[in-house]
Amino acid sequence: MALYSEKVMDHFRNPRNVGVIEDANAIGEVGNAKCGDIMKMYLKIENDIVTDVKFETFGCGSAIASSSMATELIKGQPLSEVRKLTNRAVSEALDGLPDYKMHCSVLAEEAIQAALEDYEKRTGVTV
Amino acid sequence: MIYADNAATTRMSETAIETMTSVMRNEWGNPSSLYSRGQTAKEIIEKAREDIAAVIGAEPREIYFTSGGSEADNQAIISAAELGRKKGKMHIISSAFEHHAVLHTLNKLEKEGFEITLLDVHENGVIVASEVEQAIRDDTCLVTIMYANNEIGTIQPIREIGEICRRKGVLFHTDAVQAMAHIPVNVALDNIDMLSSSAHKYHGPKGVGFLYAKKNIVLTNVIEGGAQERGKRAGTENVAGIAAMAAALKEGIDRMPENAAHMTAMRDRLIAGLREIPHSALNGCSRRRLPGNVNFCFEGIEGESLLLLLDDKGIEASSGSACTSGSLDPSHVLLAIGRVHDVAHGSLRLSIGEDITEEEVDYIISSVKEVVEYLRGFSPIWRDLMQGKREFIL
Ligand SMILES: Cc1ncc(COP(=O)(O)O)c(C=O)c1O
Ligand SMILES: [Zn+2]
Repeated sequence: MALYSEKVMDHFRNPRNVGVIEDANAIGEVGNAKCGDIMKMYLKIENDIVTDVKFETFGCGSAIASSSMATELIKGQPLSEVRKLTNRAVSEALDGLPDYKMHCSVLAEEAIQAALEDYEKRTGVTV
Repeated sequence: MIYADNAATTRMSETAIETMTSVMRNEWGNPSSLYSRGQTAKEIIEKAREDIAAVIGAEPREIYFTSGGSEADNQAIISAAELGRKKGKMHIISSAFEHHAVLHTLNKLEKEGFEITLLDVHENGVIVASEVEQAIRDDTCLVTIMYANNEIGTIQPIREIGEICRRKGVLFHTDAVQAMAHIPVNVALDNIDMLSSSAHKYHGPKGVGFLYAKKNIVLTNVIEGGAQERGKRAGTENVAGIAAMAAALKEGIDRMPENAAHMTAMRDRLIAGLREIPHSALNGCSRRRLPGNVNFCFEGIEGESLLLLLDDKGIEASSGSACTSGSLDPSHVLLAIGRVHDVAHGSLRLSIGEDITEEEVDYIISSVKEVVEYLRGFSPIWRDLMQGKREFIL
């Protein structure tokens, strides 16, 4: 028995959308070094659509996999859909996470919602 | 695979496996039975008791077999506390980085009214003997300090602490689970009243260990029932496990001089190699240290992801990060030596075995360098550190 599902390990070993978007217009950072997981999401939003997304994560295997999966789930999506992203959707897409690791998928949800708030602040638009 | 987690458990030696299987197959009697099948099993246990006593400087009747290190720690501490309670002595001295088998037992006693003093283990992870002396009061009933720490491998001044306790008339227990068969341990020379040991840390089986208690000490039962172990630990004995433990211990102590020399050289090579990683630090003193222990913190990364990627490279190790412990706090040992949360999450413990080679050490060094660099490459903390938005701690 492995600690994580195949899907989690795949996203952990080959994380999608890693890095920084220099001209991102929505950035969300959550977590803190004290608790051991930090996620930073960079979004490029054009015409209410997430045209590009990248992430940086300091954290465990499930934090990295959750970030990666979350970016895949929102890439190309309209903001109305992105707003609805939940940690449950992230963990289900990863074929589940161990109970004590659910908080890592919660961080992915929060990082994206934080980026949307940043976008609202920058543009005055309500998502 | 390179197994570098010998502090968690060790592979059983061929000697231990052969002893164990032979006893299971041939000597399966109950040692309490009076017919000869039972008495033969009894002899095996008593021979193991003599062998173990001989190699640690004790008398056979001072050895009590248990289910392992945790049980031995529990029984030693509870026994000393009960003796203290009868005399109105309800103060216990220990340290902040003991194993949870000790700390949780002390927590329980604290709720019952005992007062617990946890000594500082300082930045180098070594207790100062004179601070033990200063902490001893008229109502101190026990000092319990581990022989060597399980995470950072630092070796404590046990003989000096034992001498102080003898002089002050206070019972002294040491958790020698990590030290036994790796460095010299002798209860007579080291002035030890009680000692815990666990077979699976020296190539014996899991689920068996022993408590040494000096002959005048009256133990309190943790497990009630039959009259085994001179009435102090009930339960039909793990005959095969006990025999295998004695065989493993004897073998480990026989080979200790050469093994320790080789492992110390490999350990120091590993430490020197990992020190080349920028913004890293060795945890615990580099000299007063178990021959097989290496423990580092790397700034800007988290330990679990480090372990998973090392596993992919064929290296099995462990970490004191929160995410590997299942709690939100990183290792209490790293916090006790003053590592802040931010860097304590990025720790790596490599506990090498006797048969490690130089090539393997070099492979570990290059793999850790590669993985640390890779993880830093997309760590938001590392970016902030590099851009000067956050200050380096290491
Ligand atoms: C220092 C120390 N004490 C106690 C124990 C517990 O031993 P056991 O696993 O035999 O209960 C361990 C092992 O994890 C240890 O490293
Ligand atoms: Zn995590």
